[in-house]
Amino acid sequence: MSTLPTHDFKDSRSPDFPAAALPLLQDTQLRSNVRHATGVIQAKRAHVVGEMPDWQALRDAGQRIRAHTLEYLDFYLEQFEQRCSAAGGHVHWALDAAEANHIVIRLAQNSTGRVIKIKSMTTEETGLNRALEAAGISPVETDLAELIVQLGHDKPSHIVVPALHKNRHQVRELFSRTMNLPDLGERPEDLAEAARLHLRRQFLSTPVAISGANFLIAETGGVCIVESEGNGRMCLTLPRKLISIAGIDKIIPRFQDLEVMLQVLPRSATGERMNPYNSLWTGVHPGDGPEEFHIVLLDNRRTEVLRDPEARETLHCIRCGACQNACPVYRQTGGHAYGSVYAGPIGAILTPQLAMMERGQSLPYASSLCGACYEVCPVKINIPEILIHLRGRVVSGRPKALRALHPEAVVMRTMQWIFSNSTRFSLAQRSGRIAQRPWIRRSGWIEKLPSVLGGWTRTRDLRPLPAQSFREWFHARHRESPLTSNRPEAHHE
Amino acid sequence: MSDLPVHDPTSARSEILSRIRSANGKIFGADREPTVDESWHTIPRAYRRSGYLADPGHVQLLTERLVDYGAGVYQCQSVDVAAKVEDILRSRSKQKILVSSDVDSNWLSQDGPKFVYDDAFSYSEIESCDGVLTGCTVAIATTGTLALCHTFDGSRRALTLLPDYHLCIVRASTIVETVPEGFRALEAHRLQPITLISGPSATADIEMTRIQGVHGPRVLDCVLVV
Repeated sequence: MSTLPTHDFKDSRSPDFPAAALPLLQDTQLRSNVRHATGVIQAKRAHVVGEMPDWQALRDAGQRIRAHTLEYLDFYLEQFEQRCSAAGGHVHWALDAAEANHIVIRLAQNSTGRVIKIKSMTTEETGLNRALEAAGISPVETDLAELIVQLGHDKPSHIVVPALHKNRHQVRELFSRTMNLPDLGERPEDLAEAARLHLRRQFLSTPVAISGANFLIAETGGVCIVESEGNGRMCLTLPRKLISIAGIDKIIPRFQDLEVMLQVLPRSATGERMNPYNSLWTGVHPGDGPEEFHIVLLDNRRTEVLRDPEARETLHCIRCGACQNACPVYRQTGGHAYGSVYAGPIGAILTPQLAMMERGQSLPYASSLCGACYEVCPVKINIPEILIHLRGRVVSGRPKALRALHPEAVVMRTMQWIFSNSTRFSLAQRSGRIAQRPWIRRSGWIEKLPSVLGGWTRTRDLRPLPAQSFREWFHARHRESPLTSNRPEAHHE
Repeated sequence: MSDLPVHDPTSARSEILSRIRSANGKIFGADREPTVDESWHTIPRAYRRSGYLADPGHVQLLTERLVDYGAGVYQCQSVDVAAKVEDILRSRSKQKILVSSDVDSNWLSQDGPKFVYDDAFSYSEIESCDGVLTGCTVAIATTGTLALCHTFDGSRRALTLLPDYHLCIVRASTIVETVPEGFRALEAHRLQPITLISGPSATADIEMTRIQGVHGPRVLDCVLVV
């Protein structure tokens, strides 16, 4: 799948969302898979959220916990480091993806030449698998969806359900080919059983596991991992060494704060009252689980996001994916069009910021600002407002000399000039009516406008200007029967 | 690995912390009021922190939630636990059962299945058992969650992970209604490994169809002792 955009935030190629989305929109199989999956999760989420009388209070608490944590982030990171080390864990710090990968590769060397992995968006962000392979270590993904993605040399397309763009027939074909199982059935049960058998040997024989983390608890130095299949528990319990990577934003202050996070996360992410397994551990526990535990705290420009008072709440995100399922744009294109590990509304605000606005500049525009993402966000990130703020940063990031000459700026200035004067406005309407004639199709719609205006009609059809404007109609009506305009029902604010 | 960049761990640490302080300093000012603790205590917690249900209500709720996850749920009086356990294991055709140290020996019948307490077994020995029998530290009714707090000497995590079958005995006194009540009860165990189990292992990764049993125990049964 070499046509898919790379995940490196520093890559100089800027994927353009509309261009990347175009071929995906023509893939009807993908669109129907994405629509089905997001529809199912949304319905389940709505059901289990609806039964919580205190849902809004939980969101308020979630938002405040995250905001408070970021405000005292230095304190909590140091507290986590101190408590985790006291419990026998090793804490590492990494400024960027390369540093994090370097630390992991150094620790992951082992005689089998492989490591088992729990699904982790953070390791996707750092491109860890490629780095491990380059260092001669094969990473084995153990989450069912990640296994599908890995065996198919594909990219994840959703934060929680990375292979949501594949249906059972496609997965059966993939497993049957790569695991050499010609008689494999295509019921989801058969496919899960194939994964169970395929991975059991790996769990028992691989000495090193790599995971992400859902929450780091500053008060205890503990880590929490939220999962469904039990592959996480296998990786956290059986190998001799465990290495976890977590963004510095994954901290929560106290053990008690889990009472909020573990209520809002599962209901938002998979529409379950609780996911099947949550594991909590603190450092090493002699006689139970790994003998060695390492955690890598990753910045990778999160501290840059923290600097922007309007956008720092992006870091409140607990990666539930609810905004993706709710987003009308994501539901049309799927995740790959975003050209980033983080897709959907959260990806549209996180990606350009992590890339310091050097990449992903088209993403803040990949939204109709309908607000569905804000509505479902369990920690109340105001994504539409941040999108608008980032659009502003995209524009102000353009070179100053070019800014005034940018077609959009020219069009806007002209519009302002026309709209600020009624004579100019009606003159423009009248000339527009004449000028539009060659562009009106037989269907009665304008499907394509010339030159710079073509950007607007690339993804939309336009109604032509009507033969008579409201003001013209109003004046004409007034002339015909002056009394009617005083009738109360004709009066509208 | 000589082509990898040289990584200085101490510099990354101080650099990250100083970037955070500079970003927060810019927004909140250098000397911040209130202190961390004061600020944490101002977090609004208007959500439900204790249950509404009268006594048998939360047993009923827990039962419904567990059944909803596809777990088997049984109820009995404390004097009948051993017989109930034997019954369930017989109907599941389980012969050799690993027993976690938090299990009361009165819950084990003298004849019937063979019960073995963990004796530093290897993973393959654990895997060779037909199932595992455990107690439960706290059960949360609203979410159908069984919280297991592990200790290295007898209830380590691998015991409830490798066998394909898990039978969990829940005393009515350990059942709470809400998640916050559950975490309050777990507070004393917060430095131990804790596993929250809500139904048998499952996945919905293929077409969002929930399938029971991927890597952990594929069957979960629960005896509520009332």
